[in-house]
Amino acid sequence: MGPDHDARNTRQAWAIAHIFAAMSHDHDHHHDHSELSETELRVRALETILTEKGYVEPAALDAIIQAYETRIGPHNGARVVAKAWTDPAFKKALLEDGSKAIGTLGYVSRVGDHLVVVENTPERHNMVVCTLCSCYPWEMLGLPPVWYKAAPYRSRAVKDPRGVLADFDVTLPKDMEIRVWDSTAETRFLVLPMRPAGTEGWTEEQLAEIVTRDSMIGTGFPRMPGAPS
Amino acid sequence: MNGVHDMGGMDGFGKVEPEPNEPMFHADWEARVLAMVRAMGAAGAFNIDTSRFYRETLPPHVYLASSYYKKWFLGLEEMLIDKGYLTREEVAAGHAMQPAKALKHGKFDLANVERIMVRGKFDRPAPAPAKFNIGDRVRAKNIHPATHTRLPRYVRGHVGVIELNHGCHVFPDTAAMERGENPQWLYTVVFEGRELWGPDADPTTSVSIDAFEPYLDPA
Repeated sequence: MGPDHDARNTRQAWAIAHIFAAMSHDHDHHHDHSELSETELRVRALETILTEKGYVEPAALDAIIQAYETRIGPHNGARVVAKAWTDPAFKKALLEDGSKAIGTLGYVSRVGDHLVVVENTPERHNMVVCTLCSCYPWEMLGLPPVWYKAAPYRSRAVKDPRGVLADFDVTLPKDMEIRVWDSTAETRFLVLPMRPAGTEGWTEEQLAEIVTRDSMIGTGFPRMPGAPS
Repeated sequence: MNGVHDMGGMDGFGKVEPEPNEPMFHADWEARVLAMVRAMGAAGAFNIDTSRFYRETLPPHVYLASSYYKKWFLGLEEMLIDKGYLTREEVAAGHAMQPAKALKHGKFDLANVERIMVRGKFDRPAPAPAKFNIGDRVRAKNIHPATHTRLPRYVRGHVGVIELNHGCHVFPDTAAMERGENPQWLYTVVFEGRELWGPDADPTTSVSIDAFEPYLDPA
């Protein structure tokens, strides 16, 4: 036991603490400033190399980011859900072939193939996860939130879905069936939540307003006006 | 590969912590990494399965301790070096030093942005009839390839039921290793919670995966 040993223990303790901090938060902005700077510098260096070698045009990278920031997002999925709640023929088509049905709606951004829409009913609740990575219906919901991509959700959603739902303050009746869809291929899953009572006569636009991102992943419900978020 | 990325059923990671009003990116560099991965993939430097495999092969302690886009960055850098698009010397110098390697689809410029805003198509013509029908009982094979696979460990050896047939799709296990698209039938297979997690599991839960035909045996 000398000073070297103590220093090594301190380094190990620091490394372990760091790993746990990252596991629970999973963003670099929780890391110390020097590491953030190092990552930033490395990312900039890589972009410089790719640009100098003529592989990418930086303006094209800007355009990709702008497109993600402005075009995709849960507003797309919300309009699809609202349409399904008000148009039984559309709902039927949506459940048969999600990509094809959404393709007929001119006002929703284009959607790729292999989108499967799964319907919540009074008997069954659906929930979507990607245990292996982060597969998620980007065009319908935008880029996935950090929690969807992080270890706590990915590890527990398939083994203890009720426990995971409790982390979202969601409680389901004890006898309700819960079906977890693990997105292990290039199929993508969108949950069609149940239409809340008290929305009779609402327009599609009004209904779209209450459809939350989490309600389309299966970790939440549509949010009625005045309800806590 | 039996990597730490294959997290289904693991314990000890704690509560899910949703972040209220989460921004799309937590730092500007995250957006640049996302854009570079999308651009270089679209330019033909790698396919989606290969990029997943490079993230999975990060050492477990690095994988667990890195944020999502940090993993994307580390995987991207390593993959581009392995595939000959850049060198470690260039990465260390922060500048190009070697001639460029030709990209299958050419430079990613502004004209290419639109085509990546819709997901690619992964279905392919069927090379053979499907072996399984909806309603068939199947057992997930007990296989442990050291290379990329999309058969999670938690279903291996367990019996489920075919619920959907998605047609023939690119087979990630070969595509990731650049051994061809090798299209295979893809099914949604549903497993009872108790089949996967034992008699104490919640009887109201079931879990499905999307499984390629080579992952399955009749049961």
